[in-house]
Amino acid sequence: MSDDVAIVGIGMHEFGRHDDLTGMEQGVIAVRRALADAGLSWEDMQFAFGGSNAAGAADTMVSSLGLTGLQFINVANGCATGGSSLFSVYNTIKSGVFDLGIAIGFDKHEKGAFRVNTKGAGLGDWYGANGLALTTQFFGMKINRYMHDFGITQNTLAKVSAKAFRNGADNPMAWRRKPLSEQEVLDSAMLSYPLTQYMFCSPGEGGVALILSRADKAHLYTDRPIFLKATVVRSRRFGSFEVLAPSIALEHNAGPTVDASKAAFEMAGIGPEDIDLAQLQDTEAGAEVMHMAENGFCEHGEQERMIQNGETEIGGRFPVNTDGGCLANGEPIGASGLRQVYENVLQLRGDAGVRQVPNQPKTAYTHVYGAPGISGVTILSR
Amino acid sequence: MPNQTPVAEGIFTWPSADPHLIGSRCVNCGNHMFPVQSGCPRCTGNETETVELGTRGTLWTWTVQGFPPKAPPYAGPTDPARFQAFGVGYVELPGQVKVEARLTEADPQKLRIGMEMELVIVPLCTDDDGNDVMTFAFQPVVDPDDSTTSASSRNGAN
Repeated sequence: MSDDVAIVGIGMHEFGRHDDLTGMEQGVIAVRRALADAGLSWEDMQFAFGGSNAAGAADTMVSSLGLTGLQFINVANGCATGGSSLFSVYNTIKSGVFDLGIAIGFDKHEKGAFRVNTKGAGLGDWYGANGLALTTQFFGMKINRYMHDFGITQNTLAKVSAKAFRNGADNPMAWRRKPLSEQEVLDSAMLSYPLTQYMFCSPGEGGVALILSRADKAHLYTDRPIFLKATVVRSRRFGSFEVLAPSIALEHNAGPTVDASKAAFEMAGIGPEDIDLAQLQDTEAGAEVMHMAENGFCEHGEQERMIQNGETEIGGRFPVNTDGGCLANGEPIGASGLRQVYENVLQLRGDAGVRQVPNQPKTAYTHVYGAPGISGVTILSR
Repeated sequence: MPNQTPVAEGIFTWPSADPHLIGSRCVNCGNHMFPVQSGCPRCTGNETETVELGTRGTLWTWTVQGFPPKAPPYAGPTDPARFQAFGVGYVELPGQVKVEARLTEADPQKLRIGMEMELVIVPLCTDDDGNDVMTFAFQPVVDPDDSTTSASSRNGAN
């Protein structure tokens, strides 16, 4: 029913640090690679949605790509910028306005933890002055409570990081390509208890572009179309525990990830048990653990056994973050969600090389979470 | 002794012998918020009243800020030689709201979910005029039966 829109071309600029390139230049390179992948030219693009968080207005890249007069709309939606662009491209094609378009995300952030613009985030200056405007603290506090409630151990967090860096080592697009042992992860500096340096991803750089087409025309551009079965973005509801919150309600709500996940499964007409692999937001190792349950792939607390048993490894029962996730790729905000979709397209095409999930996976899932309490989910199938 | 100035007006009552955080209460549904805001995220009502929040509660979750935050926006010392790790947590004020705050305790061995906490006003940094900039924090409530309690905690506990 939802086989209406297909991904027919993918392009990515390597994530990491690139002192000689602007964020937008990395976006342009990603677009050219996506066009080459689909055998198309920039002139073929009927429309575009694109965005970055800190590297400029995406539509200005037409100066490099060509002034073809296409409809180009900038997207700014925090950590769901890429997911929002993809949602917009999907619905523009599904509605029949255009047949062929492109979603673009790129970014370039300064080194170190994100510097939060407190005014831009609707927070008083006192909040930043107090030393509370750090996204890292939220993740430390959320996993600390979660470990208390559901018995997740710090060793399991170290296992998540070690897996990420192992997968990243096999990914030529990844930033961190050196495997790290669980002990090295545990022994690194304690940044925000209980999370150490190598349990956190870093803000970084990179770009991703995805070309989408009406499904019935996809064969014109590729013999291996990947269908976008669901694309959903959700914001927070009252009572959820979110990043950069001076206070939270006594009432509890499960949060935007749970809402986005349920909506995506409903849209795709399948359930978590039908998914063959997933890329889940791993801002830090604990986020991957918590997001496994929030997205419906296990019960709360079950992750301890699953991860200790290696079930989320590439060769395991349910591979998670096969490209090394945010931990190995870093987080260029505008590109991060599209990076997950890029990896899933590779996996479903069977093009993931040494990282290829065995037994020809048919379905794949992506999940982004971020400020100010927003979540984006996609489901792909071949 | 230097003058004291609050990190911002309208966040907590100061100067005061009995300081409280200043929040809002929704006139329609009774929801509490911190800091003051005009609309209610619970019922979408747009009429709130300013209230002083409770000063004691339980630690709902916590972490320790182990590296110097970027300045700006951080106002405290960021020089690695002077930076001291500080605790951060959410304190659940019964019947009201969970408030995020610095904690006076930064030792993971001395922090635990569910422990009793109380509001204190503490120095954050010194401003350009030499004033002590004061901010709010929560400290573990001293257990009178606990002989291991430090002198500084006793002094801070009225």
